[in-house]
Amino acid sequence: MIFKFFDWIKAHLLLFVTILILVFLVAPNVVMLVFSFNQPANKYNFVWNKFSTNAWQNPCASADMCSAIKLSVVIAVIATVGATALGTMVAFAMMRHRFKARSALNVLLFLPMAAPEVTMGMTLVTFFYNTIGSGSLGFWTIVIAHVMFSLSYVVVTVKARLSGMDPTLENAAADLYATPVQTFRRVTLPLVMPGILAAALLSFALSIDDYIITVLTAGNEVTFPMYVYASFQHSVPAQIDVIGSTMLLITLIGIACAQVPQIVKSMRASSAA
Amino acid sequence: MTAATAEAEPATPLTPPAAEHKPKRNVLPYLLLAPGVLWLIVFFLVPIITAVSASVQTGSIDEGFTLTWRWANYSDMFSLYNSEIVHSVIYSVTCTVLCLLLGYPLAYFIAFRGGRWKNLLMALVIAPAFTSFLIRTIAWETILADHGPVTRVLMDLRLTNVMAHMGLLTNDHQLLNSPFSVIFGMVYNFLPFTVLPLYTSLEKIDPRLHEAGADLYCSAYRTWRYVTWPLSLPGVIAGTLLTFIPAVGDYVNAYMLGSPNTMVIGQVIENQALRTELGYPIASAMGVVLTAGTLIIVLGYVKKAGTEDLL
Amino acid sequence: MSTFDAVGDLRLQGLTKRFGSFTAVDGLDLTIAQGSFFALLGASGCGKTTTLRMVSGLEAPTAGRIYLGDAEVTDTKPYKRPVNTVFQNYALFPHLDIFENVAFGLRRRGVKDVKKQVEDMLTLVELGHLARRKPAQLSGGQQQRVAVARALINQPQVLLLDEPLGALDLKLRRQMQIELKHIQTEVGLTFVHVTHDQEEAMTMADTIAVMNAGRIEQMGSPEELYENPATTFVANFLGQSNLVAGTVAGRDGDTVTVESHGRRMSLPAARCRAESGAAIIGVRPEKVHLAADGAQIPAGRNVLDGGVVTDASFIGVSTQYLVKMPWGQELAVFEQNSGQEIHRPGSEVSLHWEPGQTFGLDGGQDIDAGAETDEEAAS
Repeated sequence: MIFKFFDWIKAHLLLFVTILILVFLVAPNVVMLVFSFNQPANKYNFVWNKFSTNAWQNPCASADMCSAIKLSVVIAVIATVGATALGTMVAFAMMRHRFKARSALNVLLFLPMAAPEVTMGMTLVTFFYNTIGSGSLGFWTIVIAHVMFSLSYVVVTVKARLSGMDPTLENAAADLYATPVQTFRRVTLPLVMPGILAAALLSFALSIDDYIITVLTAGNEVTFPMYVYASFQHSVPAQIDVIGSTMLLITLIGIACAQVPQIVKSMRASSAA
Repeated sequence: MTAATAEAEPATPLTPPAAEHKPKRNVLPYLLLAPGVLWLIVFFLVPIITAVSASVQTGSIDEGFTLTWRWANYSDMFSLYNSEIVHSVIYSVTCTVLCLLLGYPLAYFIAFRGGRWKNLLMALVIAPAFTSFLIRTIAWETILADHGPVTRVLMDLRLTNVMAHMGLLTNDHQLLNSPFSVIFGMVYNFLPFTVLPLYTSLEKIDPRLHEAGADLYCSAYRTWRYVTWPLSLPGVIAGTLLTFIPAVGDYVNAYMLGSPNTMVIGQVIENQALRTELGYPIASAMGVVLTAGTLIIVLGYVKKAGTEDLL
Repeated sequence: MSTFDAVGDLRLQGLTKRFGSFTAVDGLDLTIAQGSFFALLGASGCGKTTTLRMVSGLEAPTAGRIYLGDAEVTDTKPYKRPVNTVFQNYALFPHLDIFENVAFGLRRRGVKDVKKQVEDMLTLVELGHLARRKPAQLSGGQQQRVAVARALINQPQVLLLDEPLGALDLKLRRQMQIELKHIQTEVGLTFVHVTHDQEEAMTMADTIAVMNAGRIEQMGSPEELYENPATTFVANFLGQSNLVAGTVAGRDGDTVTVESHGRRMSLPAARCRAESGAAIIGVRPEKVHLAADGAQIPAGRNVLDGGVVTDASFIGVSTQYLVKMPWGQELAVFEQNSGQEIHRPGSEVSLHWEPGQTFGLDGGQDIDAGAETDEEAAS
């Protein structure tokens, strides 16, 4: 019996490895979901004790945690707006116009994605020390940092969407009496919007989850990742898993919603064919 | 000028000869680029320069820092934090290699055998990123717990002994708080960074090239070796870059899944920058060295591969 | 006067477009009569699409002027010109349904009630039942008709068509050629059709201009261009030609004599563009007959003897021969299969044809200009 199993593995080695790796990737999410329903025996929610919905019913048992969450969300929203706006403009310039120093721009945009977060945070802190003084670290310095490192990701996402868009469409609009403003409003923007939304989502996710750059530029503020990191040494309550699970569920629902129009479209197309 | 047999133009003697149109200088792209580019220059590039200057300063948070050209900060860094630097390099190199070994088959499978499920599978790959990475790293504490199933199985198989002898574990009954768990966590967190560029590169390969390879006498392995692998090389390099460089500076995994013996330079930088009174110049020196390393690697890559495929 | 009111012939004057050091369009002078179906014919890269884009306003000329009637439109923005384009890839707006696609131009011009016009136009192109579908749900042929409808509904002074039938299969293409010609005759607008397909141009257009390397080689009706080409390029590009090098030997009233490889041929002076010196004699393969050695050749014909058949392909309608001449050149002969014997490869034959079917070209040109090469044969 066992040999049949090994035979199957050998024949489908690639599939087997893939399944293993996918399990590896998804396991912590599952653990997190499960353990949000745990009532830990001690201060660390690492070992299963007994089932309880206590954590879900009292998510803000620690007031500090919830205010950290609120702060993270506010920062994420503002940083998302900033990064998406700036990044979209850059993407448009790169895809629709000619200008000099294109290679330098490519490198400049690539570096924040490749560089270690700790160096970006560290150098930014020294910059702030030397310009606005160490006492001014706080909300706005966090926002500035978040916009900085999200920008490149926004550019990549919007650029991808723009490159998939037929460039003759804008020609056709002009040919059909649309002024440049009208062309943008009626043709370009509707077609790029999914990319802009995806970029905004990505920017939001990067911001709300960032620890390393945030902790260095935060001054006295405490965001949610900072709270988790700082309290890690002395306690890991089940509420942490509740928050994580909520984030996961929101993201999954968001993606499902984004996919629904696609699914509906393909259903309609196959019925029309 | 032309060989046309078109009708002669009705004479319009008052019309001046057709003048050459001068191309208008288009300002719009620069206006669009300015805010974003300026933001990156001011908050990414300039800080690197200030860090270079800060790295040669002395002083403390109370007294303030002055530029004393203390290049000794750099040599101090290497002598004081030698083991942390070594840890960072070893962990990130191991992590990158493992990510490549695991990520390549995964990306290959999704790209060539994924079919209709391609998007869903890629979503699963990115799925971990949908939760706070701190929390999901903490989840490994549960999975690799001392009396948990994974640890017990490995202990029964006596693998923990072997790994402890290799220096991967601190002792033979604990998977956590060891280099092993740190690297494990790093691979977990960085795998998507490797898989994404790999997948992008592999997905572009025309599957009919595999058929051509088979037609020309290649076995499955040789087809991969001589057809697929070279074509996927750009993705491999990009994935390696985007994994190794951030991994060198990462310390959350080391903090949460490691022990004081697995300290990496990221932790040192954070401590020196935030908690120690005298450490800010040294932290800057470390930042500068890391940044310089990053720049050298990226520019080297750009020199070979060009900038068009970067983004 | 608003450029929207411009009416009349389309005139291009010295139109030039340079991209860096590359000249795509070189000093074009052209008048396209109002209400005609005009074809701009040429191989890829000859500058025809660039010319079209300059007329539509999507490309700014480096030099030269464009007039619509009396109004100069050279610098007018595309959205202010009474010119519409049917794009090669149709460029239908994927996020709008067919109705909104067709209504787009009307809406941008501020027309309030578009329903009737759109419905009428959709009926004209037989797509009324698909008004609410999205472009992605239509076939290639249907998309093409939407593109035409979307442009026509605005009743432009000039309708530009940029190789609109290129993506369609043969049968559909033939059908669309007839339909477009029909629509043009009914509607009476000026159509400017850009294509590399010479059969398409000859089928649809009243006037053809053959373009090569940014210039016009010859312009005229399909018959003029085909029967009496002005350059070797036109002779080779439109259909096939046999071009033989020679020298002008003499002129006698209405007839010119040309000597080539020891043989003498004559042609009407009106069909000879070489005054003296080097000349190129041309005759279309379907005008040539083959006579087996020794057979009787009617008097007064131009004769090229000493040929050997190297290939005889039975096409059904005709048999296409390749005949190698003593001086090494291979000439083509198409004989209609109306019962005469087939000349086998290896037979010795003479070529003969009516002198009036000959055309004479300037001697200095490249004999192979415009002939189909491997790169172009694929289209």
